[in-house]
Amino acid sequence: MTELSWTRKDLLGIADLSAAEIQLLLDTAESFREVSLRPIKKVPTLRGRTVVNLFFEPSTRTRSSFEIAEKRLSADSLNFSSATSGLVKGESLVDTALNLQAMSPDLIVIRHGHPGVPHMLAKRVAAGVINAGDGAHEHPTQALLDAFTIRQHKGGFEGLKVSIVGDIEHSRVVRSNVLLLHKLGAEVTVAGPRTMMPVGVEALGARAVYSLREALEGADVVMMLRVQLERQSQAAFPSAREYFELFGLTQARLKAAKRDVILMHPGPMNRGIEIASDVADGRYSVILEQVANGVAVRMAVLYLLSGVHREAE
Amino acid sequence: MSPEVHLKRTILESKQISRIIRRMAVEILEREGSGKDLMLVGIRTRGVPLAEALAAEILKIEEVEVPVGVLDITLYRDDLSTIAPQPVVKETHFPTTLSDRCLVLCDDVLYTGRTIRAAMDAVIDFGRPRVIRLAVLIDRGHRELPIHADIVGKTLQTQANEVVDVHFTETDGESKVLLLEKSGG
Repeated sequence: MTELSWTRKDLLGIADLSAAEIQLLLDTAESFREVSLRPIKKVPTLRGRTVVNLFFEPSTRTRSSFEIAEKRLSADSLNFSSATSGLVKGESLVDTALNLQAMSPDLIVIRHGHPGVPHMLAKRVAAGVINAGDGAHEHPTQALLDAFTIRQHKGGFEGLKVSIVGDIEHSRVVRSNVLLLHKLGAEVTVAGPRTMMPVGVEALGARAVYSLREALEGADVVMMLRVQLERQSQAAFPSAREYFELFGLTQARLKAAKRDVILMHPGPMNRGIEIASDVADGRYSVILEQVANGVAVRMAVLYLLSGVHREAE
Repeated sequence: MSPEVHLKRTILESKQISRIIRRMAVEILEREGSGKDLMLVGIRTRGVPLAEALAAEILKIEEVEVPVGVLDITLYRDDLSTIAPQPVVKETHFPTTLSDRCLVLCDDVLYTGRTIRAAMDAVIDFGRPRVIRLAVLIDRGHRELPIHADIVGKTLQTQANEVVDVHFTETDGESKVLLLEKSGG
């Protein structure tokens, strides 16, 4: 048995991690899953530690998932959201960081609309920094919880055919997922309209196709992405109805995938745009398992990082 | 610099360990009756093979199948802030509910008592056993908490610079108990 230990102060992206580190995170999450099934869903592990949740973008799912994970580990958590923070009063990000540092938190969970903000913060504070999404760059805990869910159903990643469908260009989930799955040996295909496909996506380690049918053919895992209506200044497709016609997942279309395919979605779903309602609630769907697993994965991240950061300074 | 560890002597061989475990199983039954509401809980790592061996002996003696649980105490340790990096967390598993059970915690070595303190805190988060007892293969002294074992395989006088190293067939390929000595460092 290899007992690798975690040595990073921060979790900024999947790009930095080795396959062994990813496996350690997933194995640790496996142990934490059980805590959420207990009658008393709390362990004293992070008692007396302070975690700041700094969300500069709206988020319900990720923020509450982190919050629950923090509470189940007995950490004290503090929430800042963009509406209430000093940033709207003209404070610079660096000043916000220094002010936070002065309150000596142990960990900072940050979501920001601009890529690289968590990295900048990590350099300036002694606390461990967890990237909860930075622009269209990375969203490492989402990729980890997706991988965790895939591993539960498929046992491993080697040779697994994973197809990610939708708005590839604007999605940080895609980037982190492709990087992670590629490192663990899966064959990743990304599919979407040409207007939503970034140039050079193959460099991340994925095959790009432009038809849903091609993406679904023989897939073990299908991950549908949300059409991010709010992130597009100009519409990349004529109408939601036309998008559904071409890239919406229906029962009939899903038949092209393997018989034991699992269907994933990072949420929140647009029923009837990227996914038909009966598919989302159907037998192949593991969408709600992803949400439950998110808590376990975030507990694992908080636990592993909290053992390191005091050594950092 | 990690201190050198060398073998001082072998305390127990495989046969002696089997004999001791048989006696411990009898003692558990004598104390707690027919074994009907018993549950053995092994503390990871080497409390688990001990709990399983005790359950096997109880099955032979009394023909009662005693459920065996597995407890990982990492999340309840009192030294998480002083050790880095974090130890690997493994799963905890109880085969049945704990309420009204006579729960016997099993561990290979009883030393400071801190592991047992953590184990009791963990158990209580899962339910309310009728009683909690403690069975250990080796009691080596040097307690730092007011904790004692109810069933002891062997009591050993040790020095603080010594290490009691228990091996089980299941985890280490062979059953034996060694006394090691730390020097240098």
